[in-house]
Amino acid sequence: MIHGNMNLNHYLIEKKSTILKKWFDAVVETYPHETSTFLRKQKAQFTNPVGYTLSEGIEHLFDALLQGMIPDTVSRFLDSIIRIRAIQEFSPSEAVSFIFQLKKVVRLELGKEILGQQGIAEELAVFESAVDDLALFSFDLFMKCREKIYELKANEAKNMTFRLLQQARLIVDNQD
Amino acid sequence: MAKLPKPEELSKIDYTPPKTSWMDTPVVFKEGMFCHGSKPKSLELVGFPNPRDWRPADADWKLPENWKQILLEGIAERLEKYRSFRLFMDICVRCGACADKCHFFIGTGDPKNMPVLRAELIRSVYRKEFTLAGKIFGKMAGARELTIDVLKEWWYYFFQCTECRRCSVFCPYGIDQAEITIIGRELLNLLGLNIEWIAGPVSNCYMKGNHLGLEPHTIVGNLEYMLDDIETVTGKRIKPTFNRKGAEILFVTPSGDLFADPGTYTCMGYLMLFEELGLDYTWSTYASEGGNFGFFTSNEMAKRLNSKIYAEAKRLGVKWILGGECGHMWRVLSQYMDTWNGPADFLEVPKSPITGTVFENAKSMKMVHVAEFTADLIKNNKLKLDPKRNDHLKVTWHDSCNVARGMGMLEEPRYVLKNVVNNFVEMPEDTIREKTFCCGSGTGLNASEDMDLRMKGGFPRANAVKFVHEHYGVNMLANVCAIDRATLPPLMDYWVPGVKVAGLHELVANALVMTGEKERTTDLRGEPLPGIEQKEEKA
Repeated sequence: MIHGNMNLNHYLIEKKSTILKKWFDAVVETYPHETSTFLRKQKAQFTNPVGYTLSEGIEHLFDALLQGMIPDTVSRFLDSIIRIRAIQEFSPSEAVSFIFQLKKVVRLELGKEILGQQGIAEELAVFESAVDDLALFSFDLFMKCREKIYELKANEAKNMTFRLLQQARLIVDNQD
Repeated sequence: MAKLPKPEELSKIDYTPPKTSWMDTPVVFKEGMFCHGSKPKSLELVGFPNPRDWRPADADWKLPENWKQILLEGIAERLEKYRSFRLFMDICVRCGACADKCHFFIGTGDPKNMPVLRAELIRSVYRKEFTLAGKIFGKMAGARELTIDVLKEWWYYFFQCTECRRCSVFCPYGIDQAEITIIGRELLNLLGLNIEWIAGPVSNCYMKGNHLGLEPHTIVGNLEYMLDDIETVTGKRIKPTFNRKGAEILFVTPSGDLFADPGTYTCMGYLMLFEELGLDYTWSTYASEGGNFGFFTSNEMAKRLNSKIYAEAKRLGVKWILGGECGHMWRVLSQYMDTWNGPADFLEVPKSPITGTVFENAKSMKMVHVAEFTADLIKNNKLKLDPKRNDHLKVTWHDSCNVARGMGMLEEPRYVLKNVVNNFVEMPEDTIREKTFCCGSGTGLNASEDMDLRMKGGFPRANAVKFVHEHYGVNMLANVCAIDRATLPPLMDYWVPGVKVAGLHELVANALVMTGEKERTTDLRGEPLPGIEQKEEKA
């Protein structure tokens, strides 16, 4: 149903559940078929943590976009999704691709009629630019996660070497 | 200059994976998902076949020409030898109950990590070579040829299973997928296809008595470091004995406790507890490893490494054996040692010299887990405990797969924990006790080079910890497993920063009021005890 004088946010709120469903589908379709079936099937927080995190995360991110990008929300929920995708079987671009999918889902869901309404195109440009900001932020988070993995590897090696040097009395505390 | 794609080409990128069946999806080796291949020296030392330099990512694995024949004969031999293996090859109806229960499947999203599919990797070859239907109908009957690509797939995925057995809890037929992985790895070892993170510790253990290859003087030296720290914290100098004949009890723990934090704090805990009890016990620098990476190699290798424990108990003339905090160690000892290297008829049924409790559950194998031992002490009111010393900690309990799901040791460690800390919070029901999620790094997968795999496999565990961290302020993850103590800290660092990891007896020793000790101002890690900072400020 199309109402007169509605702005983009109103349409997005009205169509929120459909948009989120389609966005979620687009995200889980980046996984192999058997896996996407599982991710979709149940969203139990502890037995399907990936499905749950994706589904909860995109909802909060969508709300944050509508409410002007609340930094804490964006950072928390984007991090929880990227932290998973940064270690899964994705290339960097694949890992963050789901953000861009939102633009496609929104445009398809709004349809030509709404998109053609006066003022909507301008508002959509602002909305899509916010989505781009999310994408840029997700690159930062992705890199932080990868750096963390390398740091963990390096720390394990360092800890082991330190102990060995200590045992060989090649490192001695000043007080010893 | 490299050719840049045009914008319209870029926009055609499709992120949806191809929909091919699992048999037609070839394995791709990804960095971070596998460990280094075994070194020739590690295999030579224990007389294992095909020692050579090889890299898993290389096309040529330098296999013997008749590798296929070796494998098929290996399968035939095991089908004959292990009734369970034959049964597990035949009875799966592919109902999928296990599919989403595996931490590796949940974390990686890779369908071949569904336990049912991981088993199909080997079952498909079994059908082709050992069943009439498979021979006649081939792929239609779920059968396929054993090729080099199939072999590589086995290697990749049998080293992406920690034998945690969570899937088998949900299998209506009781198929133990861990046993399929155990046999899968055993078969791979016939061709020299181990990982160095297992093969190295195995050869160390065979030559030196422990996985880390610590020689007697190093073991004593490492414990001396801990005794210094104990003296700093308590003012008491402890003098443990080594290889002492005639001691009542032989104490055996995983060597990880001797080497790396936070395992060393657990080890300090044992030392303090035994000192306070005046226990007549000895360490051994020969039976200096409770863990058994041979178990991740082959049944025979596990048996060989295990034999030193009874042998040392006999040599020293002890009455019974006490085991430190470890996961797979406990399953190996409890379920296999007696059959492999028993009967230990030269030992007595373990009886606590402090409480008089006879451990009937250990009647045959003559070995008691330290968590059972301490639970009995507390139950009989033999320890003076001040749990307030752990008040800076909000603790949750990680059930280690082998002791909890494998052995049913669910209550004893919780009982001890509740008596030594005031703040204890359980993780959600689906993630504890027999349904516990694995650390993601067990069965020798705790190397650095497969960190990505470890973080994925450990995600369901970490996710539950994150919940109690965010909702209840949990900052300590306690457990009774040496591999957990080594691998949960980086897992927490990635997923739930702010949560540390401790062994049970570290927390016991923090709370333990020792006779003649000085007033403690720090815990075993040198962190100020709760209330101490304020006291100092007032002074």
